[in-house]
Amino acid sequence: MGLTRDEVAKVSLLARLRFSDEELDTLTTQLGQVVEYVRQLEELDTESVLPMAHVEDNHNIFADDLPRPSLNREDALANAPKRDDECYRVPAVLGD
Amino acid sequence: MSVLESTATELLAELAAGNVSAAELTQTYLAQIEDHDEAIGAFLNVDAERALTQAEAIDTRRRAGAKLGLLAGLPVAVKDVLCTKGWTTTCGSRMLEHFVPPYDATVISKLKAADAVLIGKTNMDEFAMGGSTENSAFKRTHNPWALDRTPGGSSGGAAACVASNMAPLSIGTDTGGSIRQPAAFCGVTGMKPTYGRVSRYGLVAFASSLDQAGPLARTAEDVALLLEAIAGHDPLDSTSANVSTPSYTATVREPLAGLRLGVAREHFGDGLDREVDAAVREAIKVFESQGASVHEISLPHSKYAIATYYIIAPCEASSNLARYDGVHYGYRTDEKEMLAELAEERKALEAAGDRARLDALDSSLVRMYRETRSEGFGAEVKRRVMLGSYALSAGYYDAYYVKALKVRRLIREDYDAAFKDVDLIIGPTTATAAFKLGEMNEDPLTMYLQDLYTVSANLAGIAAISVPCGITGSGLPIGLQLQAAPFEEEKLLRAAHMFQRATDWHTRRPG
Repeated sequence: MGLTRDEVAKVSLLARLRFSDEELDTLTTQLGQVVEYVRQLEELDTESVLPMAHVEDNHNIFADDLPRPSLNREDALANAPKRDDECYRVPAVLGD
Repeated sequence: MSVLESTATELLAELAAGNVSAAELTQTYLAQIEDHDEAIGAFLNVDAERALTQAEAIDTRRRAGAKLGLLAGLPVAVKDVLCTKGWTTTCGSRMLEHFVPPYDATVISKLKAADAVLIGKTNMDEFAMGGSTENSAFKRTHNPWALDRTPGGSSGGAAACVASNMAPLSIGTDTGGSIRQPAAFCGVTGMKPTYGRVSRYGLVAFASSLDQAGPLARTAEDVALLLEAIAGHDPLDSTSANVSTPSYTATVREPLAGLRLGVAREHFGDGLDREVDAAVREAIKVFESQGASVHEISLPHSKYAIATYYIIAPCEASSNLARYDGVHYGYRTDEKEMLAELAEERKALEAAGDRARLDALDSSLVRMYRETRSEGFGAEVKRRVMLGSYALSAGYYDAYYVKALKVRRLIREDYDAAFKDVDLIIGPTTATAAFKLGEMNEDPLTMYLQDLYTVSANLAGIAAISVPCGITGSGLPIGLQLQAAPFEEEKLLRAAHMFQRATDWHTRRPG
């Protein structure tokens, strides 16, 4: 069993993506194939295995809490698609 | 001396002896790019003026008797996924088409400190997702050995520019084989270092627990040189390993006495091309003739590596790529158009009295995110973001992501057990030589299955190298993969050099 078209549509909102009806159909098939393939992991008994999110055994790496120069505002804003003098601009969030 | 027939190590000696200047060398490679890159398409961005200015400054300092860095005057190409301050870094994506980083990646700072000449930024699959470089939003890269074939990916430009003599040294990145597979397809030597060996600071993230930058070049000696320049602990990357960097250039020529090679039966199963199989078995004999012993080993969970990888990598990608929101940097959709469309949808739903769909209608901010990302990302990136978002979503997290993390540990434990008995694991880098451009476009799963022999090294965080070991009847290079325990790059390089001392596959050039 793969994925349903409704599931794919729901995930597209979680992923902040948007697809045409045709794209949704294609994705449902393609993602379904991949999901079906990766389900082969179910045949392995991993009850007593610890998950390994990372290959290093490093845990917390602490840096000394010292001030150092950061990007200046102009450099940080230089790539903004839209900006005010000092801020990023976004579409109105409230009011509609 | 012919520049284009020399290795980087040889060129370095010529530079030091004053037989050639950095500016002359840079001119020579720029001329090569001018002559050949229209057909190959390895570069996204070449800045001749920047490169020559850099080269001339190095020459001036050399004449003044200044102490120069490890790569003094050597041109290096850089995959367009590493941030270069003041120089566009696109990641092969429309999303970052005009992105100019405000800082250098640590790899770039180190190359500059080593007095390398940055000659250009190379083409890649968008955000390093792919195995053919066809997912670049900007252009195709052609395999220099056969223009109708892929150079591999995602570091396709990085491998193709070395194979076609447009750069002596090149930096790629490898998340599931993206240095080794293109190296194999293009007949060059390429290494994925141990996770943590090279800083990821300024490497635009795809899958943070798997990504690693590494060198591509003609020979193991050249790879040793470039690795020595870029490796090392970096306080700016908390996953960078706090271990010292050996002098790889000092030891690469020393053969390994009593080398124990492991051959995993899982690497020689169904799907392995007959010619690749024969070339790899021949390569094993080359090592045996130099005193290496061969041991059969097993990596019992390797058959689950692709499934594990195609859960973990998309999960990490979906999270990492959430940063492309059309607010801080990168592409943003046309807002007027977007708002007008949204208003029309609302009107239509109101007229129809469709309360349910009206309530579910995107806010203008959410719609801005969705339109921006749908227009800015290509199909493969969207597929992976969707896959990762699905696998991480409520109700599926344990079944997919946590399950994959558990199998990841089993894969690592297979390696730990194997490296108790052998020094290196030897096998093919890829199951076949380079496939045709366009061959896999419509079939993502088949494309994913190509990564069979390479993804395990990333999941386990170990080091691996691909070395040219043959040419097929139709004239395509074949790659030999050597894998080593974490931080054993020195062994990999010495073994690769032993092989290259006894063979001449690495000296073969296309057409």
